[in-house]
Amino acid sequence: MAYAFFLGCIAPLRYPGIESATRVVFDKLGVEYRDIKGFSCCPAPGVTRSFSEETWLVVGARNLALAEKEGLDVVVICNGCYGSLFDVAHILNGDEEKRNKINAILKEEDGLAYTGKYKVKHFADVLYNEVGVDKIKQLCEAQQPYNVAIHYGCHFLKPSKHKKVDDPERPTILEDLVEAVGAVNIDYKEKQMCCGAGGGVRARNKDLSMKLTKTKLDNMKDANAEMIIDICPFCHLQFDIGQAELGEGYGMPVMHLSQLYGMAFGLPKDKLGIELHKTPVNL
Amino acid sequence: MSEFIEPNTEFSKEVAKRAGNTFNLCFQCGTCTGSCASGYFTAFRTRKVVRMAQLGLPTVLESDDLWACTTCYTCYERCPRGVDIPEIIFAIRNMAVEKGYMGEAHRKTAGFLLKTGHMVPINDEIKKTRQHLGLEEVPDTTLANPKALSSVQRLMMAMHFDELIGTKEE
Ligand code: SF4
Ligand code: SF4
Repeated sequence: MAYAFFLGCIAPLRYPGIESATRVVFDKLGVEYRDIKGFSCCPAPGVTRSFSEETWLVVGARNLALAEKEGLDVVVICNGCYGSLFDVAHILNGDEEKRNKINAILKEEDGLAYTGKYKVKHFADVLYNEVGVDKIKQLCEAQQPYNVAIHYGCHFLKPSKHKKVDDPERPTILEDLVEAVGAVNIDYKEKQMCCGAGGGVRARNKDLSMKLTKTKLDNMKDANAEMIIDICPFCHLQFDIGQAELGEGYGMPVMHLSQLYGMAFGLPKDKLGIELHKTPVNL
Repeated sequence: MSEFIEPNTEFSKEVAKRAGNTFNLCFQCGTCTGSCASGYFTAFRTRKVVRMAQLGLPTVLESDDLWACTTCYTCYERCPRGVDIPEIIFAIRNMAVEKGYMGEAHRKTAGFLLKTGHMVPINDEIKKTRQHLGLEEVPDTTLANPKALSSVQRLMMAMHFDELIGTKEE
């Protein structure tokens, strides 16, 4: 089954290494994906949904409808995109009146339709449930023996009632996925806490946003983390730039799971973009 | 002496229309507040927002605290009564924005979305970086497809998003 590869904004436009690492990792793992012309921002829930639920729904539905036109499920590499596209799909699937209203506008403006026939998946879910840990272990050429602090982020797992990916308080998917390439998962205080970027807080209340980030970084550092593993370019940005901004010499490289896998599978370094990070990746 | 505040049922009804009426299930236990990382650092009290929705206290619209929520959903996961707290916050934020209460940084980002279909701008440096990585210089999204961009813009304007972000200064 092939996927429509949904890029979002922060991966392609701030951390393009995450985009290219995902492509080479998908190729290596045999995950088929296609690029769809004309996707937009998901649109980012923090601001868009906070401003106008209907705008969020219709722009999200357009993205979903574009993939549906190609007969494809959608794969995302960002919790924000997941928080939009999955949740938009969930709302529209469960509310016929809203779906009809959105579809009427989509049809008039674009000749598109959203029916809910296809799914939205997070790439970590695809790696875990479709590729599987065994295959990842087999393909691992270079063990990654680092103490890693896993950061799930919020919208991969929550709201868990609808997403049903894993337990929101004590998940194990990412632990299994990093251990598959030889990394050592370390427990740290408030592991499931938000990075501080979401909900529009980074843009509107930087001070508060950085307090959350600092709390997480301190907790990771106290547990002797050598590396942070994320599955979301926005959390990635928050920790990567956040460490530089806080200037407290944390020195914990921040890696999107796709970049860690790129290294583990021995894929060309020039496709991983890790030298573009603000917090140097000296491994 | 504390002042008697007349509940505004219209406000409660409006929140219910947008986010459902689960706020009526709230029995003010405070689990949400105790779970909220943003509340730990600020005066933002999740329980109070839910209370204001119940009682219909529209002063919540003007509060800066409303924007301290990162939408992490921890409160929602832990609430023993199944109150859709983040949905309630989104609904109240929508109502605040309709009254013109919006942060300038947010308005700017919203403007990017309307102008480019993305929330993050593209520039020459990023184009060069993308090229080095072997990616298309400009991703094949609305950024490279004017027709796709204009359809996103039309959809947004059908929802009056342009008017919304043009409203009065905060
Ligand atoms: S956790 Fe639920 S029931 Fe308890 S105060 Fe918060 S919203 Fe009300
Ligand atoms: S969703 Fe918002 S209110 Fe609820 S715990 Fe998270 S930051 Fe606090």
